[in-house]
Formats: sequence, C-alpha cells, structure tokens
Amino acid sequence: MRGRGLALLALAVLALPLALPNKYAYEVAILIGLNALVCVGLNLLIGYAGQISLGHAGFFGLGAYGSAILAARYGWPTPLSLPAAVAGVALLAWLVGRPVLRLRGHHLAMATLGLGVIVSIVIATEDRVTGGPDGMSVPPLAAFGVALAGETAWYWAVGALLVGTVWLARNFIDSPRGRALRALHGSEIAAEMVGIDSARHKLDAFVLSAALAALAGGLTAHYSGFITPARAAFLHSIELVTMVVFGGMASTFGAVVGAAALTLLPQILTALKEYEMVVFGAVLMLTMIFMPRGLVPTLEKALAAANRRAV
Amino acid sequence: MLLRTEELSRAFGGVAAVDAVSIGFGAGAVHALIGPNGAGKTTLLNLLCGIYRPTRGRILFDGRDLTGRPTHEYAAAGIGRTFQNLQVFFNMSALENVMAGRHLLEPCGLAAAALRLRARVREERACRLESEALLDFVGLAAWRDAPADAMPYGALKRLEIARALAAKPKLLLLDEPAAGLNPVETAEIDQLIQSLVTRRVTVVLVEHNMKLVMGVSQHVLVLDYGRVLAEGEPAAVRNDPRVIEAYLGAEPAHA
Repeated sequence: MRGRGLALLALAVLALPLALPNKYAYEVAILIGLNALVCVGLNLLIGYAGQISLGHAGFFGLGAYGSAILAARYGWPTPLSLPAAVAGVALLAWLVGRPVLRLRGHHLAMATLGLGVIVSIVIATEDRVTGGPDGMSVPPLAAFGVALAGETAWYWAVGALLVGTVWLARNFIDSPRGRALRALHGSEIAAEMVGIDSARHKLDAFVLSAALAALAGGLTAHYSGFITPARAAFLHSIELVTMVVFGGMASTFGAVVGAAALTLLPQILTALKEYEMVVFGAVLMLTMIFMPRGLVPTLEKALAAANRRAV
Repeated sequence: MLLRTEELSRAFGGVAAVDAVSIGFGAGAVHALIGPNGAGKTTLLNLLCGIYRPTRGRILFDGRDLTGRPTHEYAAAGIGRTFQNLQVFFNMSALENVMAGRHLLEPCGLAAAALRLRARVREERACRLESEALLDFVGLAAWRDAPADAMPYGALKRLEIARALAAKPKLLLLDEPAAGLNPVETAEIDQLIQSLVTRRVTVVLVEHNMKLVMGVSQHVLVLDYGRVLAEGEPAAVRNDPRVIEAYLGAEPAHA
C-alpha cells in the first residue's frame, strides 16, 4: 500500500511528456507542478492540522519577490537568493504564526487574510524595489554559468522536486509529528491531554507550508522571468485553498490532483469564452455538493468499496 | 500523596464551581469522586488535568507544582484522562488514536520524520506493536484498523482508556467511563479499572453508577456545591447521613 501512490505519481511525471504536444502544454504542466508544491504544503496546515490560512499567496509572493530582488537588484547568485528568500519567509511565518495561530476558525481566517493583504499592498507600493503594480523582470535560475532554461529542463526539475516533496510530506504525516497534527485536528483538548503541545505543532505546519509556498513562488518567478503583485494577492490565496479543498483535504495526492485540476480547468474552459467563469464556478459547486470530502478521498473510498465487492 | 490540592478554587462569573478544595490522592488506589449533578466534579477534574486554570489555590503532583502550567505539561508530568463526552480523534483509526497517545514517548526530529530514517522506521514499528498490545488489553483488537467514526459508543469509551494508557500516566482521571453503557459493558469497564491498578496506575473515577463506584474504589470523595462533603472508605461514606441527605434531600423543592 505504502509507496504505491508515490510510484503512481512518479510514473505520471515520467509518462506525461509523451502526451505534451508543444511548448505551451509543457508550460501548463510546469505551472501545475509549482502549484502542487504549494498545495502539498498548504494541505499539511489545512487538511491535516485543520487550520485555515487565507494568506499563503503572501508567502508565495514574498518568496518570488525576495529571490527576484536579491538576484536582480543586489546581484546575488540565484542558488543563494532562492534559499535565502525561503528562509526569510520561514522566519516571518514563525514570528507571525506564534500570535496568529492562537486564533481559531473565522478569526484565524481573518488574521491570515490580513497578513496576505498587507504583503500584497507592500509589494504593490514599494515600487522602487518591486517595480510596483507593473511587476519586475527576474533573472533566470543559474549556477556556475549554466542557466536552467527551456521547458523540458524545467519540466524535469519541477517534476523531480514535486515527487521528492510528496515523499517527504508523506513521511512527515506518517511520523509522530504528523499524527500530532491530525490528533489536534480531531480534538485539541484530547491532543493536549496526551502531551501534544498543540501551539507548537500548528506552528510547525504553518512554517513548513509557508516555506514551501515561498519556494514555489521563487521558482515560478525565475521560471517565467517576470513577476507581478497579482501572484501575492488575495485572489491567489483563495485559488490555493480551493485547490486543496477540491482535491481532498488530508490527502497529499489530493493536493496534487486539486492543483492539476484547477490549473487545467481554466485552460480548457477558455473555449467557452464569456461562459468560462460560470462553468468554472458550477464545476466547483457541483464537486463540493457531490464530493464534499474532495476528489481523491471520494474516489479512494469508491475504489475501496468496489474492491470489497470484488472479493 | 501522588496528587495534592491546596485550597483549589474555580469560579465562573462569580459562581464558585469548586470552592477551596484541599484533597490528596495516594498512589496505587482507585479513588472515586461522587456528588449530585452540578456538584463540581467535572470542574474539579478539569482543574486536576490543567484544562481549567484555578482562580485560587495550588495543584501539586508528584512533588511538582503544576498550577497554571499548560495542559500538555500536566500530561508530560504523568496525568492522563478520558472524557465524559467523547474526545476521540475521529479522523483517525483506532490504532492511530492509541499511537497518537504515545506522543510523549516518541520524540522525533523533523529530519528523521521527513527522511524516514531507518531508526525512525524501527521506532514506528515498535510504537505500532505497543499500541496493538494496548488495544488488546482493553479488548479492542478486532477494531484495530477501523476508522474511529465507524466504532460503536462502548468501544470508543474503551478506546479513550487505551489512548490515555498509551502515554503511561501515573494518574488516570476517568470521567464517567460507564455513562451510557449497558450492564454487560459496565461490568467490562469495572474489570478494566481493576486491572489498571495491576499496571501501577492510580485512578480517579468520576461516576454516577454507585454499584461500580462502591465495588471498585478504595477511597471515595463526596463533593457538594463545590466543596468536599465527606471522604473515606466506600462503606463509611455510603452510610454518612450528610451524604444521604445531599443525594436524597437535594431534590429541588421548587421543581
């Protein structure tokens, strides 16, 4: 059982190029991989620990702009600027998470929303370093004079990173630390009563998910060569949460599938022109009505039931 | 004394739910905490495990002052509990509930967890075996891989006991473990509580089923209006006129 899902994901990453006809298709696949990276992290926080965040696009944006500014304005080599940005965001998440994660439910949603809004406003107004609402161009990821360039190279890099991250996340979830997260989601008071420091473990999930968002943000910036404040904005936060919920909370593969589905859907629906957003909304609503647990957990359950009938 | 309280008090909006209670629970016995509805039993229990902070007084456990410490430190000091209204991790299987109960015995670094180091795999296997043994001990071996939200009420009551035992507590607080159970299930809980003593676990039992209380406990403490009304051996307490009056005479006359 263990490892089968991971093998399936690795196989999908390996086989997908056979079905990618052109450069544009590769671009979409890379975008899916980068979004999936954020969602795997965000799923630790939302799906497993049961804590909401409406501000993760802020961390995504800080990772993107952090690495871009260090590289473009201060001449840092990108293999240094990217980890530095991720570490900076992790530190910020740790500092902000300590007071904010004491809140629950709606209050936590509001506080993280506020955090995201502040970040996106700062990015949009500090135009001397960030380029303001027009965005800024970002140098490519390069080490020892060799740049990571071209859709194929990026595809394999992001694919390998995604498989690796899913492996790490699954190990983490199956460890006592992951169990602690699920336990405090189930009953915080009972979790405390078996010695789980719930504040500490929530902070764990918050910092890890923020760092992953920052990493994906930085990579997105270096990949596309350009970044605008929209990627740090509220709407992007909502998109990320929707991906996690749509794919299935507390399911790492659900997060990947959710990222894939919600990145692909708008691309497919562009054929519908002005009806695009209407159909997009309808698909989301129908999925949540008929599969409230999300895509992957619902399918898993149906599959398990079918297996039992077969035996 | 394993656990001692000094003038322990807790008020809610001016109403003293627990009022200057100074008691002690010796190690290696089953202590029962009884009293009419609203006497402050559950409030006292919540104070003893750090869920509530006392408005006044102190809690000393195993020679340490735990007053005002966070709940998980009470657990780390060796106090476990079960809940009257179930607090099972319904998002996990029966086995995972018990494995989560071993949290304090499973220190685990971030790198070891994420990289699935070989030592980690070994520890995980040991944790699983220990937890299975505990499920066996409370008679839930057949439910091992069942999702907790698919288990019947009586089984969940025992699952909470197994989860609490997993942390290897010195003191276990049981909040109405027999509430809502049929006579057969109650008899099973009775046996389970008696076998806890052989595991060197000291038990504090809050329970309305007097047959269970009188049969299983060595020391009974009667609470009324947040104060200690009487305490002693079960037989002595049962015949105490003050206790009889509290139970029979406390029927609200205005009802």
